[in-house]
Amino acid sequence: MYKQANNILPPGGSGNDNEVSKEHKDFLDRLNRKRIYVRVTQIAILIAFFLLWEIAANTGLIDPFITSQPSRMLQTTINLHRDRSLYIHIGYTLMETIVGFVVGTAIGILLAIILWWSDFLARVLEPYLVVINSLPKIALGPIILVWIGAGPQAIIAMALIISLVVTTIGVHNGFREVDPDKIKLLRTFGATKFQILQKVMLPASISTIVSAMKINVGLAWVGVIVGEFLVSKAGLGHLIVYGGQVFRLDLVMTSVIILAILAALMYQFVSWIEKKLINWY
Amino acid sequence: MTEDIIVSLRNVSKKYHSLEGETEAVKDLTLEVRRGEFITIVGPSGCGKTTLLSLISGLFMPSAGEILLNGETVSGTTGHVGYMLQEDHLFKWRTILRNVLLGLEIKGTLTAQSKEKAEALLQKYGLGDFKDHYPHQLSGGMRQRVALIRTLAIDPDILLLDEPFAALDYQTRLKVADDIWKIIKKESKTAIMVTHDIAEAISMSDRVVVLTKRPAQVKSIHKLDFTCEERTPIKCREAPEFRVYFNRIWKELDVHV
Repeated sequence: MYKQANNILPPGGSGNDNEVSKEHKDFLDRLNRKRIYVRVTQIAILIAFFLLWEIAANTGLIDPFITSQPSRMLQTTINLHRDRSLYIHIGYTLMETIVGFVVGTAIGILLAIILWWSDFLARVLEPYLVVINSLPKIALGPIILVWIGAGPQAIIAMALIISLVVTTIGVHNGFREVDPDKIKLLRTFGATKFQILQKVMLPASISTIVSAMKINVGLAWVGVIVGEFLVSKAGLGHLIVYGGQVFRLDLVMTSVIILAILAALMYQFVSWIEKKLINWY
Repeated sequence: MTEDIIVSLRNVSKKYHSLEGETEAVKDLTLEVRRGEFITIVGPSGCGKTTLLSLISGLFMPSAGEILLNGETVSGTTGHVGYMLQEDHLFKWRTILRNVLLGLEIKGTLTAQSKEKAEALLQKYGLGDFKDHYPHQLSGGMRQRVALIRTLAIDPDILLLDEPFAALDYQTRLKVADDIWKIIKKESKTAIMVTHDIAEAISMSDRVVVLTKRPAQVKSIHKLDFTCEERTPIKCREAPEFRVYFNRIWKELDVHV
């Protein structure tokens, strides 16, 4: 691998650096070049994909009525932007996802704490949690609709319920992996159960909690989009379903792309929080 | 009760219960520890040495008998005891200083004054420059020193050391044992250590208590006197008495492989 890279890339030009040896500089240059190559290739794939899509649609190789095409999607985006409906739809979907994600994660962690607090409860509830966890939560959609009515509240409930049990199980397992000797140490200082939770269980489980959050971001989107498929009058999920029903694939594809961008941004945001939390602790 | 007895175990027994049945870990054990003394407990593996420390610290209650700390019956963890475990168990998300303050935080005695005292301890034992570092930036020996200072910060009446050097490599171990011993003596603390390293036990202690196989009882107590000028763990390994004590305790332990 390195030999190959060496042959392809001539050693970096500046040999007059006094601080770093030439060999080390070459090594750094090589690493840097490799990084740039990866990034350039990634962007090239993206551009090529959309370009080929556009050309194939223009030359009649594929039917843009069924597949849409980048230029039409751009036009659709501009139209949606002009009548401001773009922001209404994004706003709804985003609000539902964030509320569902935050509340689902919070309640999930709270339940995990309760299970840790009461071993009796944890043992009683274990089989139920296993069943609820393996049940595809989407199946509960119609029930949620009937119980709390069609509208954003039902969609939030979908997002919430889909991420809740996973969080509870993940964080509770994280709690169980905390070194018993660390708890022993705190107990010799005379720590109360709440202090053990506060001083060791929660901080030691930060990485577990954050990885639960990373999973939950994805799950919350699933919950919201399914919820919007079922009921909504607004939102990106609504646009996708509506576009499909009236055969406006431009609208469907545009919405999917926007969705992908939003989901990626939110994942990045959680990763950023993870970094902050880990630095803080 | 005499003035200078700090810990006294009177006919202490401890049974563990599990599905398989009951296990008697400690049986009718009586022992007294004087203030300022360094006492080491050795015994065959699994004989209930750690159980003994847990009993003294109040983590477990004895099945029978009584444990007195400063003349008062131990009835739970009160934070009067400093417990040092095999690993340092420093919290990686806390700086060295905040690790040292942990006990004070838990006891609710963290004041500007007690914080200052903890910082002074770090300073005194060569860790002042590292107080804002994180544990992973320190060597194993330094970390174990921080762990000791963490227990000293709460100003405990007695230190319990459960194989505190077991996780260190041999060279580090000698040095850290020497450091820890000096700190404990300088702070004039009473210490009860558990180990299965006979040499370590002899080099550090005023008295070595040999326990029997489970259920643990006191088999013999060896009072150690060294002729060396400076009685530090490393120095007294060179003392002529060292071998004598070593052989005596080795025989007492009666190890069959």
